[in-house]
Amino acid sequence: MQSEHGILAAALGLILSGDADLIEIVVLSLRVTLSAVLLSCVIGLPLGAAVGAWRFPGRGLIAVVLNALMGLPPVVVGLAVYLMLSAAGPFGPLRLLYTPSAMIIAQTILVTPIVAALTRQAVEDMDREYSEQFASLGVGPMRRLSALLWDARIGLLTVALAGFGRAVAEVGAVMIVGGNINHVTRVMTTTIALETSKGNLQLALALGVVLLMLALIVNAGVMAVRGVSARAAHA
Amino acid sequence: MYRRSVVRLAAAATLALGLGVQAQAQSDEFIIVQSTTSTQNSGLFDHLLPMFQDKTGIEVRVVAVGTGQAIKNAANGDGDVLFVHAKPAEEKFVSDGDGVVRYDVMYNDFVIVGPADDPAGVSGSSDVTAALTQIAEAGAPFASRGDDSGTHKAELRLWEAAGVDAPASSGEWYRETGSGMGATLNAGTAMGAYIMTDRATWIAFGNKGDYEIAVEGDPRMFNQYGIILVNPEKHPNVKVEAGQTFVDWVISPEGQDAIADYKVDGQQLFFPNAGE
Repeated sequence: MQSEHGILAAALGLILSGDADLIEIVVLSLRVTLSAVLLSCVIGLPLGAAVGAWRFPGRGLIAVVLNALMGLPPVVVGLAVYLMLSAAGPFGPLRLLYTPSAMIIAQTILVTPIVAALTRQAVEDMDREYSEQFASLGVGPMRRLSALLWDARIGLLTVALAGFGRAVAEVGAVMIVGGNINHVTRVMTTTIALETSKGNLQLALALGVVLLMLALIVNAGVMAVRGVSARAAHA
Repeated sequence: MYRRSVVRLAAAATLALGLGVQAQAQSDEFIIVQSTTSTQNSGLFDHLLPMFQDKTGIEVRVVAVGTGQAIKNAANGDGDVLFVHAKPAEEKFVSDGDGVVRYDVMYNDFVIVGPADDPAGVSGSSDVTAALTQIAEAGAPFASRGDDSGTHKAELRLWEAAGVDAPASSGEWYRETGSGMGATLNAGTAMGAYIMTDRATWIAFGNKGDYEIAVEGDPRMFNQYGIILVNPEKHPNVKVEAGQTFVDWVISPEGQDAIADYKVDGQQLFFPNAGE
């Protein structure tokens, strides 16, 4: 086992080498994770906002369930999605098992509760501030939802990043439903698991550093967008 | 401003989803092979599959899991070919109607690796049951896969032959990691335990530390691999033609030679024996 310097150097070497296999794996990781986060936002943002802004029976229960689902174990989700997509399962004819689509489905299930639960909190806090205004203006429920989501948008970027963090680091679910097939469903985390099992700990750790850098770049990019949009809002 | 952002978001969404769809369209002909970690971790598939693809144009997608899980996945119809090493379980797979015919492909052997200080004094032994008895009597740590894999099943058969009820000491000197060969080697070497592993994985393993092969050469540690086409009568999704082409190639003289040619550090890892 070499020093941390060795690992950092190895990680940099991996990046600088522009290794085609590594690039393929990084691109697939990003594609799967970003697709899952996007889908989760499409589902989770309106869902969370509705639970946060509207008053209806069972609302408290849904909020508790959403919060609890944030702790879904990835392996369990992977197993459930496997059983659904297996040739012996109800969605077998779609032939999605061992494809990137299966991985996107599993990660969407993991990330949607995070997006929905955090959105609910953000929107509920904002709704408390605005509720009198809404009432006096006679704003309808749909209009209220979109106004709240729009005003909470900067905070919601962090919500999406929390979802991204969960998805990009996740290995248990994508391993089961993707199968870690070389050039087809192999992503950063499953590669790290594979190299660890081969005893190539240095390489595995270097790949971990690459993954970390990737997360850093995505987060920095989002923060930059956030900065620009905040300035635009004040202009 | 508001509207423009929405349009931009929608464009980004379309782009991302488009990429997802594109992934579905690639690679026209492929088969899925349910196999084991030993064939993948040793690098054998990286050696064989490009040759097969060059010749036939068929892409082989390998799902490498423990033999137990591979057999269950294949029994669900999630694979076209099963390529594992647990003969009794494979024969049951065929007799249950999940597989067509089982063919012998190749063998390698199991070895028991241990720390250099050899606490049970078994180093150099070629009598596996005697060695296991000594390990149990010394109470020396032994790391087991504990995951119902082919290697785990073989290990349990050897304990039985030695007349030692090792799983009864689980949590004491007998430690079940419940994970793959590589993970068990990583854990076992870190705790100074003896570990039974297939020779191929051991030779290719990159984290050996001061470990050496302690027990080897006992004919009872023979590790036979078999290949089976998943039965299309029970699992209509099976790609019969492409799957059969792969099975035929692996047991053909060409495939068998390719297996024999595969070496790591100058050592041959698998010994072809189809049709013997």
